[in-house]
Amino acid sequence: MKVYPDNFPKGVMDDMGRIEEMAKQVRIDCIRMTNKARSGHVGSMLSMAEMICVLYDEILHVDPKNPDMPERDRFILSKGHASAAVYSVLAQEGFIPREWLDRYYCDDGKLMGHISHMVPGVEFSTGSLGHGLPVAVGMAIAARYAGSPRRVFCMCSDGDLNEGSTWEAVMFAGQEHLSNLIMVVDYNRIQALGFSKDIEDLEPLDRKLQEFGWTTRVIDGHNVDEIRDALSTVPYDKQKPTAVIAHTIKCRGVDYLENTVESHYRYVPDDKLEAVIAAVKEGLQ
Amino acid sequence: MRAVFNQELLKIAEKDKRIHLVLADIGYGEIEPFRDTFPERYYNVGVAEQNMTGVACGIAMEGNIAVTYSIANFPTLRCLEQIRNDVCYHNANVKIVIIGGGVSYGALGMSHHSTEDIAIMRALPNMVVEVPCDNYEARAAVHAMIDYNGPFYYRCGYKGEKDIHAGPVDFKLGKAITVREGADVSLLFAGPIGSEVMKAAEMLEEKGIHCRVVSMHTVKPIDKEMIVDCAKNTGGIVTVEEHNVIGGLGSAVAEVLCDEGVSPKKFKRLAFPDVNVCKIGGQAWIRDQYGLQARGIADSVCELLKK
Repeated sequence: MKVYPDNFPKGVMDDMGRIEEMAKQVRIDCIRMTNKARSGHVGSMLSMAEMICVLYDEILHVDPKNPDMPERDRFILSKGHASAAVYSVLAQEGFIPREWLDRYYCDDGKLMGHISHMVPGVEFSTGSLGHGLPVAVGMAIAARYAGSPRRVFCMCSDGDLNEGSTWEAVMFAGQEHLSNLIMVVDYNRIQALGFSKDIEDLEPLDRKLQEFGWTTRVIDGHNVDEIRDALSTVPYDKQKPTAVIAHTIKCRGVDYLENTVESHYRYVPDDKLEAVIAAVKEGLQ
Repeated sequence: MRAVFNQELLKIAEKDKRIHLVLADIGYGEIEPFRDTFPERYYNVGVAEQNMTGVACGIAMEGNIAVTYSIANFPTLRCLEQIRNDVCYHNANVKIVIIGGGVSYGALGMSHHSTEDIAIMRALPNMVVEVPCDNYEARAAVHAMIDYNGPFYYRCGYKGEKDIHAGPVDFKLGKAITVREGADVSLLFAGPIGSEVMKAAEMLEEKGIHCRVVSMHTVKPIDKEMIVDCAKNTGGIVTVEEHNVIGGLGSAVAEVLCDEGVSPKKFKRLAFPDVNVCKIGGQAWIRDQYGLQARGIADSVCELLKK
């Protein structure tokens, strides 16, 4: 059960459509930021848009006015290359000024390409894959040792799940029965050089995780109701860590880049920019 | 020295409830008292050093002190990126302890030698590099390690090391300890190889060469004042370490001399050459093969001083 401070700006569960609007803004911000920076990974950002909004707006016990609040829930983005999606949400939630988004990935910037703990509201820096989950396990252990109800959420990607260190942590979390640990898999099924099934097929991911002592739920990672339901009811088993495996579409919302490897590298170019943003504003098709 | 480390950590952990020990299935015969006394602060993550370091970092990020512990290169090189990105970048209060610095594990072979660790660990921002030489320093260094808030590399010996100091030492991080006075040459060492250096100093004394012998137990941050003083007030500097000649104590001393614009009259680094140390034998034998036993050290000093 979440307990918020009296002045906590939440209570959005009944505000239908809020998350969809936030996710639209995440998409618009990421498309503009990567275009301006001439940088990659927009596909990885857009596949997690709805999930990161639900997490920060409804699930995580965090306070933008007090980002270091000791009993906050911890969130680690292990797929650190998708940082801009988090930065957009942090701006929308009031952790950072919106102007900072203009200083993403540039000289004397405020926001580096891979997520950094130097930014208020960011728990941990990542960028090299396979680092997030082991640290999340350590934080979950520390919370248990402290007798704290705080939870640790870690968002991983397909590529993250290639890393041996992630599976080391998966095994150990199961061994330790860390029910305060929740892994969210942004399962867009594309990684740096192609489709995951052709490189390092993770299937059957839910069964693999179950065999390693986790409890799992498979959802549509763009369906806000499913995300909300999955994340607000954890843990599903009080003796096990939780994995929410979210099927997503890489670069969701940019029609011509959806479900492409190119979206891992290409930004939306100037000549397509306004049309793409107009389409995002229309809503997902 | 390994036993001393574990005894001292156990003693401190009784008072300091922040201390957690995170292992990767190494430590048989030494870690059991900690495991049995503090089961709630003891974790064996299995043979998984990357996870060991990541988990330790996560524990430390929550206001604790996490100690990782394994042998030779396992808790350093196997998980180097976790040390760099997770521990050092976040300035996490993680203590990385190796047992068996240098070629302590002798005939087990090169996979179990730690001969590049000082170079690599000292290149990491925020990392302290500590190389105690005997049981007295080892004991004091555990306290210094726990008192220090941040990443810390502790290069422990193995067992049977000879004491160099006569008793408890006035131990301060970053402050070298002079164990013998002399003005003809300064012998700067780090680690248990100091016992060979002390024997070499005795041999040299018989030849009329008076050595200043200094334990440079903290390689980072290094005692610049001591190095400059040795350069200015003795007949030369010889560094001795059980490590590759690249990047270790000798390099650190040379860097200080260059940066400070101070030239010793003579200078030499005694260490393993830049090769894979794959000769088969015990620690003493391997040291001897590379001129790092007392006789070899004394001969090198004589040659340097042309005496």
